[in-house]
Amino acid sequence: MMARLSDSLTRAYHSDLAYNFRKSPVAVLAALVALSLVLAAVFAPLLAPSNPYDPASLNLMDGFTPPMTENAFTGNSYLLGTDNQGRDVLSTILYGARLSLFVGVMAVLFAMLLGIGAGLIAGWRGGWVDTVLMRVADVQLSFPSILIALLIFGVARGLIAPDQRDTMAIWVLIISIGLSDWVQYARVVRSATMVEKNKEYVQAARIIGVRPVVILTRHILPNVMGPVLVIATIGLALAIIAEATLSFLGVGVPPTEPSLGTLIRIGQQYLFSGEWWILLFPAIALLALALSVNLLGDWLRDALNPRLR
Amino acid sequence: MKNTLSFKRLMASATALALLAGAASAETLRWARVADALTLDPHSQNEGPTSTLLHHIYETLVARNTDGSLAPRLATEWSIHPDDPTVWVFKLREGVTFHDGSPFTAEDVVFSMERVKHPSSGFQALHSAAVSATAVDDLTVHIQMSGPSPLYVQNLTNFFIMDSGWAEANDVVVPQNFAAGEENFAVRNTNGTGAYQLVSREPEVRTVLAAYEGHWAETPDVTEIIYTPIAEAATRVAALLSGEVDLVQDVPVQDIARLEQTDGITITTGPENRNIFFAYDMASEKLISANVEDNPFAKPQVREAMALALDRDAIQQVVMRGQSQPSAAPLPPFVNGWREDLHAYSAPDYERAAALIAEAGYPDGFSVTLNCPNDRYLNDEAICQAVVGMLGRIGMEVNLVSQTRSLHFPLIENWETDFYLLGWGVPPFDSAYVFNFLVHTREEGFGSFNGSRYSNPELDAKIESLATMTDLVARDALIAEIWDQVMADRVFLNVHNQVLAYAMRDGVTLPVHPENQPNMANVTLN
Repeated sequence: MMARLSDSLTRAYHSDLAYNFRKSPVAVLAALVALSLVLAAVFAPLLAPSNPYDPASLNLMDGFTPPMTENAFTGNSYLLGTDNQGRDVLSTILYGARLSLFVGVMAVLFAMLLGIGAGLIAGWRGGWVDTVLMRVADVQLSFPSILIALLIFGVARGLIAPDQRDTMAIWVLIISIGLSDWVQYARVVRSATMVEKNKEYVQAARIIGVRPVVILTRHILPNVMGPVLVIATIGLALAIIAEATLSFLGVGVPPTEPSLGTLIRIGQQYLFSGEWWILLFPAIALLALALSVNLLGDWLRDALNPRLR
Repeated sequence: MKNTLSFKRLMASATALALLAGAASAETLRWARVADALTLDPHSQNEGPTSTLLHHIYETLVARNTDGSLAPRLATEWSIHPDDPTVWVFKLREGVTFHDGSPFTAEDVVFSMERVKHPSSGFQALHSAAVSATAVDDLTVHIQMSGPSPLYVQNLTNFFIMDSGWAEANDVVVPQNFAAGEENFAVRNTNGTGAYQLVSREPEVRTVLAAYEGHWAETPDVTEIIYTPIAEAATRVAALLSGEVDLVQDVPVQDIARLEQTDGITITTGPENRNIFFAYDMASEKLISANVEDNPFAKPQVREAMALALDRDAIQQVVMRGQSQPSAAPLPPFVNGWREDLHAYSAPDYERAAALIAEAGYPDGFSVTLNCPNDRYLNDEAICQAVVGMLGRIGMEVNLVSQTRSLHFPLIENWETDFYLLGWGVPPFDSAYVFNFLVHTREEGFGSFNGSRYSNPELDAKIESLATMTDLVARDALIAEIWDQVMADRVFLNVHNQVLAYAMRDGVTLPVHPENQPNMANVTLN
């Protein structure tokens, strides 16, 4: 068992992809930044000095404390200062990044699921099924995805009972962003499927009577996953930004449980009055997160593109 | 002969030149504030920004000066009938026309009185003591009261007069029922007698008003108003700093200091006739959003605990940056009935408050949803967030739902919220207004904003009698008595009285209006 694991690790280390990765300082740096942010977010409850989602632990008099300065009323001091409610900005960023990442990852998974399903069916069946699915995709592509997310979010809020809205808000966000993003996966998977389905290994599988579902999932899917992973990585950065945008517009998560976008929205109100840290640090965190994931996606796209080798 | 002619010509060309010069100089005022009017139907919504915009288009019989006194507007004189103390007599202004040219007569006042008393009107409670209006002649109106009502004229500062003929022609005889989501012609079209007429309106985006040339008063300095609601505080300030707007009505408290130091910008501040408070369902068997089977707010211990948990001084210092007057009663200091002891509040005591919650039967606390507007009052959402934290310290898990005010207010009017934030101004400058809308049992003409479901028949009778009392000393004593009961029952969890700040570019002068109802016809430009 151990031998097999180390064997595959060695193989992975010597693979083209890993070699390419080691030779790209941008990719290494981006991976390091992304990894540390993801780890910090995942382990936020252990790392954060306080829990910003517990309103009972907050002291309003701590509000607007500048970074590394003693508060005039309470004597408390915070590394990155506090926001308008006396929340520690560092803890809020850690918890906020956790929320942003969770929404981003779930939204991408949801979009992948939808897009791959639709793409496989459209590519495999062709005919009117293909036409209908792809025209729907065309219509959706003609709208900016943030508008679609806003539309879905608005409709969903109308459908959910008021007292359920807070608990459902995150899931509504995930579904809105996911639904606005599935088209790209569907298109890529469809075209790849159309190429693959005429190849000999698929023909052979059909002749020996393998069911279409099995062919699609076991034979074709693994061969179209390369480009899907590239889209998913870049899509993750976009989903994080979409979540931040929605929260910035005030339609995302409730204000008592801020994500990075909510924090930026709050901080933006205090820009003119000189409390820059409420805006700046969450904005840097969002920038670092989105940029590093995006750079990784770019690198992956180039690395997997045979024409660029 | 020839001379006279050329003199006339000279005058005419001089006038034309003056007009040209006038048109060329900046007489447009670009005015921004946090929110748009909810509707232009003048009798539908009794709400600040709505009334402010309507005051430019429609006029009232009497207006409120910035010092709080009454000024003649469509009525030139008003008095109680010498022979009958239950009748108010109004002499109307001569030569007033509506924007479509039709003359203003007593019939329009009679019609508007009927309309404002309709059940779908938001102003009903102000006119509960008025039985009917009759036109004695074209310029005299008698309003028959149910009893002597010496203070009734104070209720008329937001009583907008509509053209009866226009209303009938356009099928808007009945006010829009806003809470039911209705629309009518008057929501987007107007025909008033005001100094400005509507040029164009895109709700929530931009409303353009132009001076009405046929107006009875002198032409105002400002001949065109471009009204833009800008919900984001920082964007509003940025618009003023960059010269995109000339006047910002709702200046965020955090930016007052910075704007005061900016060249070319003037800030005026003053206390507003408006209190910000929390209220809760005190009467239902069970709450909509709570995780317990009974109603915690019905228990006096819980209400006392909440009062002990509210740290008003912290809210004033941190959230409001000193720009508020913390108080225990929802009554601004210049309103009749205000007393020093109503204003007094005790320092927070979290231990005692937590003990009271346990004593009330909730040793593990309970959870409840708080509804809050996020675009109506100064830092409304931040106040709610702060209170969520304070109540969390005594075992109440409060889920905050903050949303735009057109979604928030119907929750109170339709009894769909357990616990909410509300701001209340007192346009008639008398406590009876607070009682009529917020304390009296909800029934026809009363209690439309009584979201606490508070009902005390004995108190209702006292409140109703206020409308007809002529002995003002006895009346003030009764007001004091009612306040004592309201405070003892803790009907309100009051936070503070709001302080207003207007910011404008140099050259624009507008004094702070205590009801936050500035009229741009009063702006002086230099």
